[in-house]
Amino acid sequence: MKRVVITGAGTINALGHSVADTMTAMAEGRCGIGPLAFRDVGRLSIQIGGQVRGFEAEGRYNRQQMSLYDRFTQFTLAAAAEAIAQSGIIFSGEMAAKSGVVLGTAGGGVSTWDDNYRSVYEDGKNRVHPFVVPKLMNNAAASHVSMEYNLKGPSFTVSTACASSNHAMAQAFQMVRTGMAPTMVTGGSESMLCFGGVKAWEGLRVMSKDACRPFSANRNGMVQGEGAGIFVFEEYEHARARGADILCEVAGFAMSSDATDIVMPSKNGAARAISGALNDARLNPEDVGYINAHGTGTAANDKTECAAVADVFGPHADKLMISSTKSMHGHLIGGTGAVELLACIMALRDGVIAPTIGYEEADPECALDVVPNEARDAKVDVVLSNAFAFGGMNAVLALRKV
Amino acid sequence: MSVTDKIIKIIAEQAVLETSDVTMESTLEDLGIDSLGLVESIFAIEEEFDITVPFNANEPTNSDFDISSISKIIEGVERLLKEQAV
Repeated sequence: MKRVVITGAGTINALGHSVADTMTAMAEGRCGIGPLAFRDVGRLSIQIGGQVRGFEAEGRYNRQQMSLYDRFTQFTLAAAAEAIAQSGIIFSGEMAAKSGVVLGTAGGGVSTWDDNYRSVYEDGKNRVHPFVVPKLMNNAAASHVSMEYNLKGPSFTVSTACASSNHAMAQAFQMVRTGMAPTMVTGGSESMLCFGGVKAWEGLRVMSKDACRPFSANRNGMVQGEGAGIFVFEEYEHARARGADILCEVAGFAMSSDATDIVMPSKNGAARAISGALNDARLNPEDVGYINAHGTGTAANDKTECAAVADVFGPHADKLMISSTKSMHGHLIGGTGAVELLACIMALRDGVIAPTIGYEEADPECALDVVPNEARDAKVDVVLSNAFAFGGMNAVLALRKV
Repeated sequence: MSVTDKIIKIIAEQAVLETSDVTMESTLEDLGIDSLGLVESIFAIEEEFDITVPFNANEPTNSDFDISSISKIIEGVERLLKEQAV
């Protein structure tokens, strides 16, 4: 088994267009959620989201690229450029042949579906642009990253709703750990903030109309976000040999399935994923200083997640910190674990624990240290990142300071 | 703008060339337009003239629409405009 480290990180999300800006915003407890702005927003009952602002695809991508890149691909490529530049790797020869890209997304090119359905159903058009299919397909973003950076190894897209990115990163981690690939580009992206994307979520009646307040007794639902988080996972000795700047180590992971309900979370499924990740990383519960929670701000998730953490950690659950950065950037659905991994890196590398903002009232069912409202300086050596998806599919990553 | 001028403009835009670089004899290959670019050009022609171009990318030479040169494309569009005139 080889050790796996992260040597590049990139992002774009409602908090910033780079890792540095995003971490600064997290450390300041800034909220990136605001009024949604897109066509037909007036017909939605949900009017807020963590929308990426000031991102102009025009000028960044040429005409041909624009006709092929859905917004989720645009986000992915922007984040991948930052991550791969930071890693300093130029993919060629054997490295290129063996390295690949595994990304997560739940919806893929949602706005491409939306725009073209509108065109044929509402506007009555009978012709769509020839690239609708290659633009909307869920693997489009991974494909364009592979083409842009000459990644010729195993590449595919994972779709497990809100756990997509964590499942993708777990898969990439496994590939590097087993020696199958020297490096993998991984993470995920989502762009569902368009009329159809938000309308679909409205139907489920789990959305908040005013704010995402994870773990707070007065929480009233989730808030959607959008964006991407992309990382370069690299074999430790390979990274050391070339003098790479190592952000942290990916120490282990676990996946589990609740096998119970299509939307309701299960304490048992979550607990098995958390304890599984600790076992896989050969860590004791007491080693964990911080958990980046799934923390969606729904009644069901937050209490179930806290109960699972209490089960796994026992008395240590009261000593560790657990926060949900969804309160700041919203729920990026299939991209969420990737952006949240940044809070884990910030905790390990900078000793800054991102807060759960919007926290107003203690909930006895979420009686853990949720780092309310203000970031905290703390030295932690091991962190976990939770993702628990609709469909009962869970993926937890364990990360360690190097 | 004439049919010819409109088609030349569409093809030039697709090839990222000046309209003066697109001649009657040019083939799409000469202009560097690949199979994806061809399908996109046909889409743009359909949109511009509100016609349906009978073209199957699986058998481009076997379609009822000759794409072997710019002049053939113009001829084809003019024929379709007559046939499909409402």
